[in-house]
Amino acid sequence: MRVEVGPDLDSFRVAARGLLARGVSPDQVLFTEEGLGQGSLLAPDVVPASAPVAGLSVPPAFLELAQKVACHRSPERWGLLYRVLWRLTRGERKLLEVESDADVYRVLTLAKGVQRDAHKMKAFVRFRRVEREGEESFIAWHRPEHLIVRYVAPFFARRFPSMRWSILTPDASVTWDLEQLTYGPGVPRSHAPDGDALEEMWGTYYASTFNPARLNVRAMRAEMPKKHWATLPEARLIPELVRQAPERTSRMVSPKLELSEAGRFLPEHRDLASLAQAAQGCRACPLHERATRTVFGEGPAGARLMIVGEQPGDQEDRVGRPFVGPAGQLLDKVLAGVGLERGQLYLTNAVKHFGWVAGEEKQRLHAKPGRQEVLACKAWLDAEVAQVRPKMILCLGATAAQSFLGPGFRINLSRGQIFDTPWAKAWMATFHPSALLRMPDERARAQARVHFEEDLRRVAGTLRALG
Amino acid sequence: MDVRKKLEILADAAKYDASCSSSGGKRKAGKEGLGSVEGMGICHSYTPDGRCVSLLKILLTNFCIYDCQYCINRISSDTARARFTPAEVVQLTLDFYKRNYIEGLFLSSGVIKSPDYTMEQLIQVTRTLREVHGFQGYIHLKAVPGASRELIDKAGRYADRLSANIELPTDSDLKRLAPEKSFAVTGGTMKEISTRVEQSKAERMESPKAPKFAPAGQSTQMIVGATPTPDAAILDTASRLYTRFKLRRVYYSAYSPIPLVDARLPAKSPPLVREHRLYQADWLLRFYGFRVDELAPPEQPDLSLEMDPKLAWALRRREAFPMDVNRAPREALLRVPGMGVRTVDRLIRIRRWHRITLADLARLRVPLTRMKPFIVTADHRPTGLIDSPRLAERVTPPATQLSLFTSAQEALTGEL
Ligand code: SF4
Ligand code: SF4
Repeated sequence: MRVEVGPDLDSFRVAARGLLARGVSPDQVLFTEEGLGQGSLLAPDVVPASAPVAGLSVPPAFLELAQKVACHRSPERWGLLYRVLWRLTRGERKLLEVESDADVYRVLTLAKGVQRDAHKMKAFVRFRRVEREGEESFIAWHRPEHLIVRYVAPFFARRFPSMRWSILTPDASVTWDLEQLTYGPGVPRSHAPDGDALEEMWGTYYASTFNPARLNVRAMRAEMPKKHWATLPEARLIPELVRQAPERTSRMVSPKLELSEAGRFLPEHRDLASLAQAAQGCRACPLHERATRTVFGEGPAGARLMIVGEQPGDQEDRVGRPFVGPAGQLLDKVLAGVGLERGQLYLTNAVKHFGWVAGEEKQRLHAKPGRQEVLACKAWLDAEVAQVRPKMILCLGATAAQSFLGPGFRINLSRGQIFDTPWAKAWMATFHPSALLRMPDERARAQARVHFEEDLRRVAGTLRALG
Repeated sequence: MDVRKKLEILADAAKYDASCSSSGGKRKAGKEGLGSVEGMGICHSYTPDGRCVSLLKILLTNFCIYDCQYCINRISSDTARARFTPAEVVQLTLDFYKRNYIEGLFLSSGVIKSPDYTMEQLIQVTRTLREVHGFQGYIHLKAVPGASRELIDKAGRYADRLSANIELPTDSDLKRLAPEKSFAVTGGTMKEISTRVEQSKAERMESPKAPKFAPAGQSTQMIVGATPTPDAAILDTASRLYTRFKLRRVYYSAYSPIPLVDARLPAKSPPLVREHRLYQADWLLRFYGFRVDELAPPEQPDLSLEMDPKLAWALRRREAFPMDVNRAPREALLRVPGMGVRTVDRLIRIRRWHRITLADLARLRVPLTRMKPFIVTADHRPTGLIDSPRLAERVTPPATQLSLFTSAQEALTGEL
């Protein structure tokens, strides 16, 4: 016999109750969708309504499943539900527990499909704000896979009770007027508003929260099937974000190297003597104009510790050697105190020319090098590191440290810690000895001196440990 | 600076935090209010990195007085800076929520002035949302380690979830890269949260009207791959956090290179496969009864990248197999490679009604080829397979497609 049911679960329940009461087995019924015009010339059989059959109760789990399955688009759903119902009431009361049973498995699969579609509807509905006669309302157009509008609408009512909203789909529509849900027929997309001023803001957020170093388009597509993209405003951005990702990542992985101006003065042979010689002719930045000569680093190739200061001072400029002024003398003293011999170290500065401004009485006052000069001079420092290949580098002062680790490096915060860097296994920064001489506050000066000595002791210890 | 520009900077700065799911808890708006939380979280979108967009995840500001080396917001980084006013965050959250773009707000911040000052600012946003606008969407609030007890207390009253980030797996890692942080301080904040969560649960048992405190519990994040610390130490820390502070989740975040990075950190693409393995191992610790030293024993302190940790364990412990699916107890079945909690529970239900065969398993959609050498069913008994030296090869699924390279391929071909 042929029975017409649908589109909702209630008509099926009425029909099924009648069929069960008359003992009609599943293979004797053909369920068809009401109003779908199955092309049959025969009128459907009418099942006489029946009072609930005594002793015929089904597990609540079945009703819950049936709610979902009824929303599925598959034409087999009514027949399937009836078959399971039949078996449940004919001695297989625990049937639903056997999830590997072919019928149960199928029912569960349909229910899961509906569940998933409902979940996606909750997620992917995008409201657009419209204003009519001073009244604000929110309208969304969504294309669900199954017939789930009635199933999902109460969720939106719970979530947005104080907003007037409508959700339009090709099969049905629903409106919330602050009081109740009203269902209506399906609506084509052209009835929905085109956009919302906030979508640009949302796009900004979406693009910024994406991490190009983790690009994984497959995972995205698995969770956000392409069929939904059409109604998601952010999806328009995807192709461009994906296209740019490798380039953005490579910029993150290898920060752009700024070219050092001094590079063009580097000699063909890079041994320390040739470097020192060539540096005398460096004109890569304006500092050479006022200085007497280039003060290059000194010490043996293969020295285990390299000490990098900021810039030669007045006395260094006259003598042509690094660390010979008052700061150099202080450094010598502390070095000797921790058992390091200056003759075995390589000492140099981040910037090789003395920079100064005229003070009163023709004094030459030290002027701190800027980022430009430090960068210009970096090629010499890099060449020295490459020749000396020290086990450890000790930077004195922020300028020296920043020459390696970039302009953000703060001495106060990272002083005395040992880091593993591309330039040396152990790398540390501490105060510049001239800072110890210049600090106006006596207590601060004493304190800094203690830290300085501590740091150098740590350097000596680290060198011993490095073997 | 306009709000859009701030959003760009402050969402970008927050994207390295992995903890952004929105599950747990229950809230419902009154007639005049807005929003709900109904158990399972909803992912409203996915970005091309495959991660879900569930919350508006932003920083209140990316100014920070600290110098954590792995973090783009550290004081010494010369990244662009911005600062939202609390009112701007409130407005954005409401606007996005009303259009169903998000489930709620995940608000974090660089530390400005002091932990307390920062915490107060965060609280102001949530208080306005909840009390002025009747907002009942999900709120995940960062608890700034070291913030005072009173503030943590207040924060938990408005937030669904609180999290204090542990950041790195060991104290010495922290010393090295985040000198201002310590396990002691972060642990103190976690302890405070877990005590209050327990307390409020007890109060609500007495009277359901008692105020909720962070009903979705607390979580934390650990960055992986910024230091050479092995997986065993990472999992150890995680399992201690689970037991000591009853954390709901530990999020692992593969260290992602940050622009203009400090030269002390690895400038390479994030170790995504490793992160994935850690999540799998974490799962096994929480729901499958594994111990850390079973998954990452001292002689092999790093998880295998080629195979999942359960399979790796099974191959080390072949004498425990094959396992009879019709007889083995639940705990034993949970240790069979390829068997998930759901599958095991189904099998236990099914076997009350009939003896399980391979066909049953096939219908439950389990990875049968991988599982077969390890199990006995009514119609199957593996023969000698378990002792085969080539077993590992047979059961290892093809390499996971997680590498940056394969994704880059997709970018080149434009295949979507
Ligand atoms: S300071 Fe450095 S870059 Fe500038 S001229 Fe002197 S050696 Fe060359
Ligand atoms: S405290 Fe937080 S925001 Fe500040 S530098 Fe450390 S990790 Fe970054």
